[in-house]
Amino acid sequence: MRLSRRSALLLRGAVAVGLAFIYVPLIVIAIYAFNSSNVLEWPPPGLTLDWFPKAFESESVREALLTSVKAGVVATTIALILGTLASLAVARHRFFGRETISFLVILPIALPGIVTGVALSNTFTQVLGVELSLLTVIVGHATFCIVVVYNNVVARLRRVSGSFEEASADLGAHTWQTFRFVTVPSLKTALAAGALLAFALSFDEIIVTTFTIGAGEETLPIWIFSRLFRPNQLPIVNVVAVLVVLISIIPVYLAHRLTREEGGAAAARGGRAERAGRMEGGGVEVEATAVP
Amino acid sequence: MSRRLANLFHGRPHLQVGALLAGPIGWLVIGYLGSLLVLLIAAFWTVDPLSGEVIRGLSFENIETLVNEPVYRTIIGRTVLIAALVTVTDAVLAFPIAFYMAKVASRRGKAVLVVAVLLPLWSSYLVKVYSWRTMLGAGGVINWALAPLGLHGPGFGNTAVWLVMSYLWLPYMILPIYAGLERIPGSLISASEDLGASPFTTFRRVILPLAFPAVVAGSIFTFALTLGDYITPRLVSNNQFIGNVIFNNISNNLPFASALALVPIVVMVAYLLVARRLGAFEHI
Repeated sequence: MRLSRRSALLLRGAVAVGLAFIYVPLIVIAIYAFNSSNVLEWPPPGLTLDWFPKAFESESVREALLTSVKAGVVATTIALILGTLASLAVARHRFFGRETISFLVILPIALPGIVTGVALSNTFTQVLGVELSLLTVIVGHATFCIVVVYNNVVARLRRVSGSFEEASADLGAHTWQTFRFVTVPSLKTALAAGALLAFALSFDEIIVTTFTIGAGEETLPIWIFSRLFRPNQLPIVNVVAVLVVLISIIPVYLAHRLTREEGGAAAARGGRAERAGRMEGGGVEVEATAVP
Repeated sequence: MSRRLANLFHGRPHLQVGALLAGPIGWLVIGYLGSLLVLLIAAFWTVDPLSGEVIRGLSFENIETLVNEPVYRTIIGRTVLIAALVTVTDAVLAFPIAFYMAKVASRRGKAVLVVAVLLPLWSSYLVKVYSWRTMLGAGGVINWALAPLGLHGPGFGNTAVWLVMSYLWLPYMILPIYAGLERIPGSLISASEDLGASPFTTFRRVILPLAFPAVVAGSIFTFALTLGDYITPRLVSNNQFIGNVIFNNISNNLPFASALALVPIVVMVAYLLVARRLGAFEHI
């Protein structure tokens, strides 16, 4: 589009302000992690590395990190299996109710986290009589991570023609061989991207976790939240905060790289479904998806 | 063994679909939809005031409390109002960024911007709210930056909640609008220009109407996310929002928390029905 010099300049300014708005809070917290004072005042009087060893020495930080990683890995594994199965059914078969599947998969992330949290907590404690624990957290996380894997794999399956699988069958491979030697290799990067995003989503989650975690257990976000109101803990909280940002941002970046090479520029799709992992593929392509 | 299993599935598509879907459908329908159903039912339970035990009977007590107690009406009203304000703010902030990304930036610039918007969308929700808490505090960055101008920041309160939520959900608005603008063919814009329209007229008569459903699609997320958030109000204000009341009741009055959790669902269903009429669903 042709823009006058002045409007192009204005637009650039707006973009710069918008990006600054997005990044300033992350930069501020990163600087506070090196704050030499234990009072959170701006500007920090000096910089120090002292809080980093203190944070890593803390038993509770290490335990929370381990809990977060366990929850993330197991939830990702479950989501990987269920998401891949659902996407194979939807992309390679025709059946009654096919349109409802993507709706069903997206629902846990389309509804506010607090709704999912209360619903699961209710079911666990009131109906099933299960004690809340790491296991119930994993069930909650897996539920909203399925969509991430599903969207990535479905997008890939739509791109890779089913005729490869037909050819494999015609050449005498049985169902399992076709899956193992034709389908899986073509899905490899989509599966890796889906898994990375699912892990990031789980690692960062706090609301569903709050409602499903057992007494005395903490994931890293819960660890941070429970210490925010204790001023003497804040220097270590800042370090842990930076750690959480890095551990969740790096997998997202890697996932983006993994799915990018297929189609050029950038991979991104709209809205929360974006978060839900539809980073698959190249240019932005928005497909009508049954979202509530 | 695997061979025999494979032979069983060969040429039986219904069996294949059944085997593929049993796990995911079992998990999502029985596990998740089942839980939502429990939530709906639990909203009609009550708690015995003496023993604190949950009484599983049909009672409209919780719903009546929600409708009749002015304090809950105020809280629901406040939450919906902030959700609407956040949505409008994000639409206004997101549009120029999305427009630049879709129609002005070079191919490389576009790729960089998409990553720049995408990374914070996916991560560090709690850290971002916490950072705003430090920034808005008395000795925070905002007061420091405004001091030379003789001003001071909004401090903690409803304004802070509005500001922080607008910040948190901005990428959710940018990306659908960007995707919507990408879909507008350049030829339509050229045609408008060739026919003598000024850039402003092109924007108002061609681009905006075509991008509007994408804005509505983005608003679904800004709206839904605001309705459910209780951490932001807790960290940057002393005010109660729907999420806070749900959170405060979860341990001693689960039925009432369940009834309250139905409010965001009802509001969102109404919102989605309107959004669908506006054609937003093709943009999610």
